[in-house]
Amino acid sequence: MYGLGIAKGMIVTFKHLFRKPFTVQYPEEVVPRGSRFRGYEFTWYEDRCTGCASCAKYCPLGTINIVTHPEGDPKQGMDYAIDIFDIDTGRCMFCGLCVEACPYEAIQAGGPLDDATYDFESLYRDKHKLTEMAQEHLHGHDFTYPNGKQAPQPDEKPLHIGLPVERDRTR
Amino acid sequence: MVKTNGDAKLTLKTEEVMVNIGPQHPSTHGVFRMRVTFDGEVVTELEPIFGYLHRGSEKLAEERTYTQVITLTDRLDYLASMSNNLAYVLAAEKLAGIQPPERAMYIRVIMAELMRIASHCMGLGFFINDLGALATPLMYMFREREKILDLFELVCGARITFSYMRIGGVSGDLPEEFMPALVKFINEMPGYIDEYEALLRENEILISRTKDIAILTAEKAINASVTGPMLRASGVPWDLRKSDPYEVYDRFDFDIPVGSTGDTYDRFLVRLEEMRESVLIVKQAMEQIPSGPFRALAPALIHPPVGEAYAHVEAPKGELGFYLVSDNSIAPYRCKIRAPSFINLTVLRDLIIGWKLADLVVIFGSFDINMGEVDR
Ligand code: SF4
Ligand code: SF4
Repeated sequence: MYGLGIAKGMIVTFKHLFRKPFTVQYPEEVVPRGSRFRGYEFTWYEDRCTGCASCAKYCPLGTINIVTHPEGDPKQGMDYAIDIFDIDTGRCMFCGLCVEACPYEAIQAGGPLDDATYDFESLYRDKHKLTEMAQEHLHGHDFTYPNGKQAPQPDEKPLHIGLPVERDRTR
Repeated sequence: MVKTNGDAKLTLKTEEVMVNIGPQHPSTHGVFRMRVTFDGEVVTELEPIFGYLHRGSEKLAEERTYTQVITLTDRLDYLASMSNNLAYVLAAEKLAGIQPPERAMYIRVIMAELMRIASHCMGLGFFINDLGALATPLMYMFREREKILDLFELVCGARITFSYMRIGGVSGDLPEEFMPALVKFINEMPGYIDEYEALLRENEILISRTKDIAILTAEKAINASVTGPMLRASGVPWDLRKSDPYEVYDRFDFDIPVGSTGDTYDRFLVRLEEMRESVLIVKQAMEQIPSGPFRALAPALIHPPVGEAYAHVEAPKGELGFYLVSDNSIAPYRCKIRAPSFINLTVLRDLIIGWKLADLVVIFGSFDINMGEVDR
């Protein structure tokens, strides 16, 4: 009989008339994101960063700009002082390769999500702006890093790590 | 107007008219342009023109390290990024001689099959959309795609540009909350596919507009190197998952749906059936998945020995192949992408000539092409 197929389809549509809507009223309600969600802005922790520039080398777009100079007493092991650390978030595609590359967990994905700006310039973030964002995140999250680890309290001595964080990338 | 001698009969002089469809046209699935010549309403000539989305992915790959190229492959067929990742990492692993661990292979198969479901959802949805069922069935299919993207977001954090797979494995293990979510989805999915079938399969309008329209014979399809659901709709059971099993596909039990006539309706049905088969594969993979490492111990910066490698996978749209040449540096010397959408388009002209304008949109929709891949 002609029209039977259409009628069957209409039954499916009709069933949906009686279900609850599942619209989420953003920004009053926010859909929770998984712990690996990559759409957040970056936070960068100057006290963790050694200036090794792995992140800059891994970035496919050359978004991260680092300038360092050697510092400290050669007898006690040299260190790098970071002169410039800029991320041009306007060009970043949030691939996460820099986060994966950093051996010291100094750059992490997990800043603010609703971080729209009015001009391109403010998407170019230098180390002061990045540190400000990182501190804002730490203060808002009970001094926990975006990856769930505990950060030092503000009154503690700022940490300066010389060794990579122990982790196995294969397990 | 010509007046014939003595007779009052008038003869109308008609002319063929040439129309540009696209690049900005809702039914061209991106920025595809067709220069079509019509005789009245019937297509007499068609010339596809592409290149509006050309980004030079193959050339860009030559100045990026092997890991960084993964981010480029996301942007080929952006509705099936996981399959693109898979094809590329398989080629790079072949080139560098890296063997991924078992668990990684299972994870990749699960991802590739979920991606196939999501891509077919979009392919079918937009095909129905082109038929004139504006957005209603499409929204049903968007709903399931959304669920799959939520699953992907759990494992890799992104929803379109995943960059999840790495040379020698995947970038992260499945998180704890992933498996329960996947089980829930896989149990629900057959019900959703039933819903699509109830909506569409016997719909008289759909049948009258697609049955026996634009028949692609098996011979013509093979001669034009058409692959994927389009080839299988013509009755050729050619699927790389069976005919040249990569990863762990030889351990699963599944069928290859084939069509009988190769008309537009068959292309629709084959995609619908393939979603069911993909659900079966994911189910089996979920039961068999071993524990263990998810990534081989490979250096972050690989220098493959001088040589070349070609790897192909059955992407949702057809055979997707990556051909890589190495000169022992950190970046590929040459990267050639065999994009299924591009090669499937070679039969477009033959299929559309002789049909009407309204059929053109539907036939084109049944190709399920993606411009990101055609122009790369
Ligand atoms: S997320 Fe990707 S593009 Fe953005 S800075 Fe990191 S490596 Fe570069
Ligand atoms: S990889 Fe990490 S430690 Fe090295 S420069 Fe980048 S942020 Fe700093």
